[in-house]
Amino acid sequence: MSLAISESIEDIKARNKDLIDEVLEVYPDKTAKRRAKHLGTFEEGKPDCGVKSNVKSIPGVMTIRGCAYAGSKGVVWGPIKDMVHISHGPVGCGQYSWAARRNYYIGTTGIDSFVTMQFTSDFQEKDIVFGGDKKLAKVMDEIVELFPLNKGITVQSECPIGLIGDDIEAVSKAKSKQYGGKTIVPVRCEGFRGVSQSLGHHIANDAVRDWVFDKQDGKPAKFEQTDYDVAIIGDYNIGGDAWSSRILLEEMGLRVIAQWSGDGSIAELEATPKAKLNVLHCYRSMNYISRHMEEKYGIPWVEYNFFGPSKIAESLRKIASHFDDKIKDGAERVIAKYQPLMDGVIKRYRSRLEGKKVMLFVGGLRPRHVIGAYEDLGMEVVGTGYEFGHNDDYQRTTHYIKDGTLIYDDVTGYEFEKFVEKVQPDLVGSGIKEKYVFQKMGVPFRQMHSWDYSGPYHGYDGFAIFARDMDMAINAPVWNLSKADPLP
Amino acid sequence: MTQSAEHILDHVDLFRQPEYKEMLENKRKNFEEPVPDAERDQVREWTKTWEYREKNFSREALTVNPAKACQPLGAVFAAVGFESTLPFVHGSQGCVAYYRSHFSRHFKEPSSCVSSSMTEDAAVFGGLKNMIDGLANAHALYKPKMISVSTTCMAEVIGDDLNAFIKNAKEEGSVPKDFDVPYAHTPAFVGSHITGYDNVMKGIFEHFWGGKAGTEAPLVRQPNEKINFIGGFDGYTVGNLREIKRIFELMDVDYTILSDNSDVWDTPADGQFRMYDGGTTLEDAANAIHAKATLSMQAFCSEKTGEYIAGTGQEVVSFNHPVGVAGTDKFLREVARITGKSVPEALRKERGRLIDAIADSSAHIHGKRFAIYGDPDLTLGLAGFLMELGAEPVHVLSTNGGKAWEAEMDKLFASSPFGKNCHAYAGKDLWHMRSLLFTEPVDFLIGNTYGKYLERDTGTPLIRIGFPVFDRHHHHRYPVWGYQGGLNVLVWILDKIFDVLDQNTIVASKTDYSYDIIR
Repeated sequence: MSLAISESIEDIKARNKDLIDEVLEVYPDKTAKRRAKHLGTFEEGKPDCGVKSNVKSIPGVMTIRGCAYAGSKGVVWGPIKDMVHISHGPVGCGQYSWAARRNYYIGTTGIDSFVTMQFTSDFQEKDIVFGGDKKLAKVMDEIVELFPLNKGITVQSECPIGLIGDDIEAVSKAKSKQYGGKTIVPVRCEGFRGVSQSLGHHIANDAVRDWVFDKQDGKPAKFEQTDYDVAIIGDYNIGGDAWSSRILLEEMGLRVIAQWSGDGSIAELEATPKAKLNVLHCYRSMNYISRHMEEKYGIPWVEYNFFGPSKIAESLRKIASHFDDKIKDGAERVIAKYQPLMDGVIKRYRSRLEGKKVMLFVGGLRPRHVIGAYEDLGMEVVGTGYEFGHNDDYQRTTHYIKDGTLIYDDVTGYEFEKFVEKVQPDLVGSGIKEKYVFQKMGVPFRQMHSWDYSGPYHGYDGFAIFARDMDMAINAPVWNLSKADPLP
Repeated sequence: MTQSAEHILDHVDLFRQPEYKEMLENKRKNFEEPVPDAERDQVREWTKTWEYREKNFSREALTVNPAKACQPLGAVFAAVGFESTLPFVHGSQGCVAYYRSHFSRHFKEPSSCVSSSMTEDAAVFGGLKNMIDGLANAHALYKPKMISVSTTCMAEVIGDDLNAFIKNAKEEGSVPKDFDVPYAHTPAFVGSHITGYDNVMKGIFEHFWGGKAGTEAPLVRQPNEKINFIGGFDGYTVGNLREIKRIFELMDVDYTILSDNSDVWDTPADGQFRMYDGGTTLEDAANAIHAKATLSMQAFCSEKTGEYIAGTGQEVVSFNHPVGVAGTDKFLREVARITGKSVPEALRKERGRLIDAIADSSAHIHGKRFAIYGDPDLTLGLAGFLMELGAEPVHVLSTNGGKAWEAEMDKLFASSPFGKNCHAYAGKDLWHMRSLLFTEPVDFLIGNTYGKYLERDTGTPLIRIGFPVFDRHHHHRYPVWGYQGGLNVLVWILDKIFDVLDQNTIVASKTDYSYDIIR
C-alpha cells in the first residue's frame, strides 16, 4: 500500500506540496490563507516544523479539538481519584466525558474513589437566569453528606458559569471554611476559553498551584523523605501507563511519591513539592506546574519518553543522570533486565511491520513521543500533527521526525481524509472520531488517545502490548476482505 | 517480570501479577493516605441501607450518574437523518467533539458534525462572524445539501439569534440564498437529548413547510394517502428503521421516514468513507406536509413536532416505544386504520412466532423482578413488554422523565396485575437506582452501558438495552420494534437469565445438580 521506498526525499516534498495545494484549493480564500500556515513539510535542520499552532480553530471546518473543560476535567483533574469533581453547568459535558478516558485507578468507586462517576449540578433554565452559586453550595453539602470519605472537591466550570457571572471562588472558600479547611478547588475551565483543551490544562495546573500547594506551604512532609524521591508528572494512567512506568523507576532505585494525575490522590499532589526531581511525561499538559515547582520550590524537572525500548533506555539514563551512581547503576540494571524481553518482542513483530508507514494525529505529546516506538519496530512515521500542541511542541518534534515528514496542525476532517487518501499509509493513529472514517477507507487504525481500549503502552511491559496491537491492526485479515470485490 | 514476547499480557492480566500488586499496595500505603479499610467498609455498608436511601432521595441539587444527555446531542441525531445534511452546532467547539465521540462509541461509525468554534471574543461580541465564516467553510468543504443549525448552551446564554444570523450569513454569501439552513435553538439547560431531537425536527419542518425562511411561499397542504413516521431518539435506529420499512412494505403502505439515520450510521467498509448516506430526501421532507398522518414512535421525543404537524391538519398518532406483542399490535392497528391497509399474513405469522417464543420461555421469566432505566418512551415500552412476559418491572426510572411520564407509567402499572408492586421514579439518577437496588433488590437490571457500575456494586445482572451501549458491539443493528424486535428483546433477556442460572450452578462438586443441559 505504501509508496515505493525508493521515492526520494525531494519527490516526497514535492508530493506534499502538491497535496497541500490541492486541499487548500477547496477552501474559501480567507480560510485557505489561514489553513496554509498550519500545513507543511518538515525541512531537516529547521528549529521547528514550519507551521503555526495554538491559534483559534476556524468555524465550520470540523476541527478535531475539544475545549478547556475537557483539558481540565477530562485530563488533569478528573483522574485524581479521592476527590469529587463536579461538572458544573448543564448535564452534557459531564455525560460525554463520563469514564471515557480510561484513567485506571485502585479504589472503591463511590465510597473512597470517584473517577468513573459523573457528578453534575445539572443546570436548568432557572440556574442560568438566577445564577448557580446557591445550587453549587448545596451540591457541595450533599456531596459531603452522601460521600463522606471524599478528600476534596473540584468545581469544573462549563461554558455558562463564566457567562452568567457566578462566583464559584466565593462559594468554594465559604464551603472550605465550613468544612474545616477541606480542599475545594474552583476551576475556571469554561469551554469557550482558549482555543483547545490546552488552556484547560494550564488553568487546571494553576488551580493546583493556587488551591492545593499554597495551603501546604511551610508544612513538613508527612513521610520520611529520601534522596531518591521523585514524582511522575503528566501520566494519566491510560490503560495503566503510569503503573508500567512507575515500576521501572522503582526498580532503578527511585521512590515515586506522587502520580500526576492518573491513579493520583490529593495526598500525592500535596506531597509533590517535597520531591527531589519531577519526571515529566506529558510536557504539554503539565509543564506549567513543573516550572512553578522549579521556581518556587527549586525542584528540577526532566522530560522523559517511555514509548519503545530506544527511548525508554535513553530516558532512564537521563533521569538517572540527576542522581548518584546507585541510581545510574540501577538504570543500567533495568535496561539489561528487560533487554531479552525487548529482543523477543522485536524478533516476533519487526519482520511483520518493517517498512510500514504511519500517519499520526494526536493531542499534545504523542504525535512525537510514539515515533521511536514505531521505529523500534522498523516502521516509519510519514505524517504527524498536534490537536493542541504549541510551538515548543513542534520544536521538540524536530528531534523525532525525518526530513520530508508531512505536518498538519489542528487538522480538519477534510484535510486528514485527503492526506491519508493520497499518502496511503499502512496505519493511522488518531482518535475515536477519526477511527471509523479510515477503517471504512480500508486503512488500519489504532486509537492513540485511549490505546483503543488496550494498553498500557508505556514502559517495557507496555511496548510488548504496543507491538502486538500494531501488528493486529495492520495484519488483520479483514483489510483484504474490504479491499476486494469478488462479486460478479 | 511476567511479561513475555510469546504470551503478552495487557491491562486485564498484567496488573494482577505479583510485582504490580505489591507496587500498588505500597503506593496506597505509603503515599495515598488511604481511608482505613474498616472505615471504608463501614461506609460502603451504610450506603446500602434504608437510612442512606432516604438521604439519597432527599437530594435537591446534586445529580450523580444521570441517565440523560443534553439537547444538542439529540439535535445532531435528528439532523443526520436527512439526505446529505451536515449538522452545524453554533457555540463552543468542544461540545461537537463530545457528540461525535459519543455517537462513534455507540454506533462504531464515523459521525460528522461541525462547530462554529466560538471563543472568548464571540462570548463578548456574539457569534455572528463565526456563523458567517462557519457556514461558508462547511458548505465549501463538505458539500452538503442542507446544513442543520442548532446551538450549545454558550450561544444560548449570550442570546445569539439564529434566524437573524443565518439571514445575515446568506446575505454575506456564505451559502446560496436558496440553500436550506433550517435551525433550532437547543439550550443544554432545558430538557434533555430528546428535547433537542424534537426541536430540530420541528425546525426542519417549519423550514420546509413554512416557506424556507421567507424565500418561498409557505406550502399549502394537499392531503395525500402517505403516512409519515418519526422514530425519535433511538439507540437502535439502524435496526429499527429498517424493520419499520420492512413492515410498511409488507403492508403496502406508502410512507416517509422523517429523519432516517439508519444508513449513515451503518455504512459498509468497502474502501470508501461516506460522510453522508441515505436519509430522508429534502423533497420528501417538504412533501411530508401532504401526508394523511404522522406516526411518532416516541411521544416524549416529538411533543412539539407532533403539535406543529397536527397544526397542518394531519392526524398525529404517538406511541411510547412499543415493544412486544400488544405494543406492536396497537401500532399495526393504527397503521391499518389510518391507511386502510390490512395486516398481511406474513406479519400475522411473525406475531404468532413471537407469541410462540414467549410461550416456550415464559416459565423462565414469569415472576422475575426487574429494574429498568432509560428514556421515557423506552422505559414505557420495556415495562409493558415485561408485564406481558409475566415479569414485574419493580423499579422504573427515567432521569429525563417528568410528571407526565410518571403518570403514564402509573397507568401502565395499573393495567396489569404484574404492575401491582411497581413504582416509577421521574427525574432520578443512577445513584438513586443504586439505593433502590440495595434496599429493594430485583433479579435483573435493564439499562445502558453505565448500568455495569450498578451491576458491580449491587450484583444485579445487567441486560444492556438503551443508549449508549459502548461496551457491547452491534446490538444497534438489531430492531427492538415490531414482532421481530420483540423477539430480539426476548432473546437478550433470556440469554442473561440462562447465563446467570448457569453461573449460579457451575460450582463443581457443590451444584452438580441444577447445572442442566436442557432448560
